[in-house]
Amino acid sequence: GPLSEQRLMDMKLGQLPMWLATCDFSPRGLLGGVQKAWSSYYDKYINVKRGGPAGISMLLAGYCLLSYGWNYQHISKISFLVSI
Amino acid sequence: VLHSTRPLHTSQQCSAPVPPLPEKGGEVRHGLIPEEFFQFLYPKTGVTGPYMLGTGLLLYLLSKEIYVVNHETVASACILAVIIYGVKKFGPDVAAFADKLNEEKVASALAVKNEAIKDLETAIEQEKKEQWRVEGRSYLFDAKRNNVAMLLETNYRERLMTVYSEVKKRLDYQLAMQNLKRQKEQDHMIQWVEKSVIQSITPQQQKESVAKCILDLKALSRSAQAAA
Repeated sequence: GPLSEQRLMDMKLGQLPMWLATCDFSPRGLLGGVQKAWSSYYDKYINVKRGGPAGISMLLAGYCLLSYGWNYQHISKISFLVSI
Repeated sequence: VLHSTRPLHTSQQCSAPVPPLPEKGGEVRHGLIPEEFFQFLYPKTGVTGPYMLGTGLLLYLLSKEIYVVNHETVASACILAVIIYGVKKFGPDVAAFADKLNEEKVASALAVKNEAIKDLETAIEQEKKEQWRVEGRSYLFDAKRNNVAMLLETNYRERLMTVYSEVKKRLDYQLAMQNLKRQKEQDHMIQWVEKSVIQSITPQQQKESVAKCILDLKALSRSAQAAA
């Protein structure tokens, strides 16, 4: 209905569970959601006449954070005997 | 998966021009955080709110060792410094170069369009000229009709002349024939008359005429002698 058509950023906090209920969580729906998110990001920051460094720098920063999160288990085990 | 079954040409065909690309991308502060975040926090925390949030988050991550400071930190700091220096220094030049490329593409497309418009305009002018020429078609045909009439008249008069000369030749021939016949008849008659006269002169008459002639001659000589 009209609830699922609105975007996530226009939601109020109380309406969030309802919105999540109307969401489509099948693989096809998830893929569609990912495509919509990517196309909106692309049209806003990259597909412009005079873009700047912001378009890809945000992607790189996100990649850095994600890879740090994936390798956190390995990084947190600091070896105490490195310097000696 | 999605592309194979996507229906094509479902909506009405719309001939409106494609909307142009936006001039600038979304506003981003410090190259990393979109401006919407700062606007989102502005009503509640004012201008310094997001910076306070950032500082607090950073200190929390550092103190709780969620972000571990090791050799990678130093390496990333150096890399970030180099990247930021490069972008700040060579950014405008790269931007100008990209703008120039875009300008060339647009200019070539515009040139093609202008060329097409010019060609069509010359075609329109030539078409109008042809239409103007069509108006003179009647004069052309009048002149041609005059030419044909002239030819016909000339031919007719030539043939009339031929007829006249032929008829005159035939009449001259008849005339010459008649003249010749009369001449021949005359000559023949004269000859015949002479011949018959000569034949009719008997020797007796010849002697008499000769004597008469001698007498006449004597008389004449006598008169001549008397006169002289």
